[in-house]
Amino acid sequence: MSRKLLDLWVGIFVAFGLASVLFLALKVGNVSTNLSETYPLTAKFVNIGGLKVRAPVKSAGVVVGRVADIRFDPESYEAVVTLSMDSRYRFPKDTFALILTAGLLGEQYIGLDPGGDEAMLKAGEVITKTQSAVVLEKLISQFMFNKASEGQGDK
Amino acid sequence: MLVPFSRKDRVSDENLIEIKDLDFAYEDRPILGGISLAIPRGKVVAIMGGSGCGKTTLLRLIGGQLRPQRGDVIVDGQSVPQLDDDALYALRRRMGMLFQFGALFTDVSVFDNVAYQMREHTDLPEELIRDMVLMKLNAVGLRGAHQLMPAELSGGMARRVALARAIALDPMLIMYDEPFAGLDPISLGVIGQLIRKLNDALGATTIMVTHDIQESLLIVDYIYFMSEGKIVALGNPDEIRASAHPFVHQFVFAEADGPVPFHYPAPPLASELLGRAAA
Amino acid sequence: MSERSRGPASILTAVTGLGHRVNDALARLGFATRFLIVLLRWSGQSFRRFHLTIREIYYCGFQSLLIIIVSGLFIGMVLGMQGYETLQRYGSAEALGVLVALSLVRELGPVVAALLFASRAGSSITAEIGLMKATEQLTAMDMMAINPIARVVAPRFWGGVISMPLLAALFSATGVFGGYLIGVVFIGVDEGAFWSQMQASVDFRYDVWSGIVKSFIFGIAVSLIAVFEGYDAVPTAEGVSGSIKGTVVKSALAILALDFVLTSFMFREG
Repeated sequence: MSRKLLDLWVGIFVAFGLASVLFLALKVGNVSTNLSETYPLTAKFVNIGGLKVRAPVKSAGVVVGRVADIRFDPESYEAVVTLSMDSRYRFPKDTFALILTAGLLGEQYIGLDPGGDEAMLKAGEVITKTQSAVVLEKLISQFMFNKASEGQGDK
Repeated sequence: MLVPFSRKDRVSDENLIEIKDLDFAYEDRPILGGISLAIPRGKVVAIMGGSGCGKTTLLRLIGGQLRPQRGDVIVDGQSVPQLDDDALYALRRRMGMLFQFGALFTDVSVFDNVAYQMREHTDLPEELIRDMVLMKLNAVGLRGAHQLMPAELSGGMARRVALARAIALDPMLIMYDEPFAGLDPISLGVIGQLIRKLNDALGATTIMVTHDIQESLLIVDYIYFMSEGKIVALGNPDEIRASAHPFVHQFVFAEADGPVPFHYPAPPLASELLGRAAA
Repeated sequence: MSERSRGPASILTAVTGLGHRVNDALARLGFATRFLIVLLRWSGQSFRRFHLTIREIYYCGFQSLLIIIVSGLFIGMVLGMQGYETLQRYGSAEALGVLVALSLVRELGPVVAALLFASRAGSSITAEIGLMKATEQLTAMDMMAINPIARVVAPRFWGGVISMPLLAALFSATGVFGGYLIGVVFIGVDEGAFWSQMQASVDFRYDVWSGIVKSFIFGIAVSLIAVFEGYDAVPTAEGVSGSIKGTVVKSALAILALDFVLTSFMFREG
């Protein structure tokens, strides 16, 4: 086989391979949230439930960032969650961060409810208003406690 | 008496190769034990012996593919066992070797086989390489076969292509490992004549390892006989034909028994048979 | 020999045999490592004269295309069917895309492509080098002052290393397409949900990239095993066929073991 023909076939092969990497990157995976610029934000939660690193941060249902790091603060006994936010999006200072669950048994993610403050959160700043994860056991015990106290009230 | 060229040590320029008191063993299996010989420049020398006597090993030692445990191999004034990789490769560029079954590169054509070393070792333009390859193939009578693949060649033709490849870079030394093995009588004669002619035309030196005595006697200048890792006899073809040495006699006349015994060492047959019956 | 002494004697033989095999395996591992170092030392030519490597990419990469694409398509289709079967029980058939893509990109793509590569290209590399050794072609090359490691072994090694990630990516891509074909075209999962859920949960750096890294490492392992087995083959017909078998078996074991190690490093939850 001539060298030219060999080059041609190998060229086709490599083009195919690179095209499929591109396909995996753009169509199958989501390359945009990672390659674009990000800025860090921190939020403290009393309880993060089952939140994991790399969980999405959503606002109005759109992914605007990811959880970059989760640490425990031994002084305040709180969970310190670092978010890496898409730098295209800015949020007001009084933004509310909640830990939500996708569906009944789905993955947990952080939801951001923007407030009305004029000033925007800058890189490295802390989101002060947070709501912890809903822990199912607590919810159930609370519900049963309420039911019980209701029953007592009736008597 | 066994080493006729040793007395010319003072004028060692005359010898292309000198092997001095060489020991070689594969792990614990000794192959060569204290062998010494010399190959004069410009001559065709045959090294003969039965199968497995260390002839091929000797070629590998000369080519530097094996290193001896003791002794020295001097090729063109250089001690082969002491050369580093680069120097060894530089020396090998001036050697050509024909392997027992040709060892042609099976994935490229006859032409590319002969052109292989020229392309690897030189920056010559392709037209010049083409002319050189066709000249080499013409020398072995296979110019017309240059487009064939090695698988399409007969045994004799493959051997001739391998010969053309071995002389591709006009070597100073050509080594042949069993050049006659498995050839029909016509191909055998053709190869024999080519070995002689190419040696004289190139002004090279030839070492031929073989056990084909009749063919060798026609073309060589000198013959060494090897047995059990040593040189046991030597001489020019006329001396060999007239030799009364029992080993040479057995070899030349292909007798079944002699110094090389027919039987592998064993206790006497009668005692072994009776011994087992008694047990 | 009495019956009593046979028990301990046979245990001793077994233990000695085990020890021998372990020693043997370690010696070969050491030999293979040394071989890799020599191989890397003589790799310059594979890149300076890149057409040598291109030729090998053609033989081990391009010629594996068909088997990779067909297998990828079928595995993707099976994943589509089986995944749908399970997911629709929990009412989350839209997550089919996620399931197909993640299993392919993270695990099946690199692993199955490497297994196929080992049996298709790896075995033929071993056969080629082993036969060249058995027919003295490598020795002849060495005698021509051409280093067979630089000229024969290294280009094949690098050809395999370069081809493997491309083949794995192709495998994953055709697999996803196969899943799409079954899930969306035949079963009727919502197309938008299929792709958007997939995109939302497949991350390029975390999932796709680590799959590519995996396949690159598999490529190194399989190519090294293939060239080593060929170069180390006993130069006879049986020896070469034994080496080919060795390539396939050892590659498969190496791929699966490495996959375990790599997965536990790459996908450790934060």
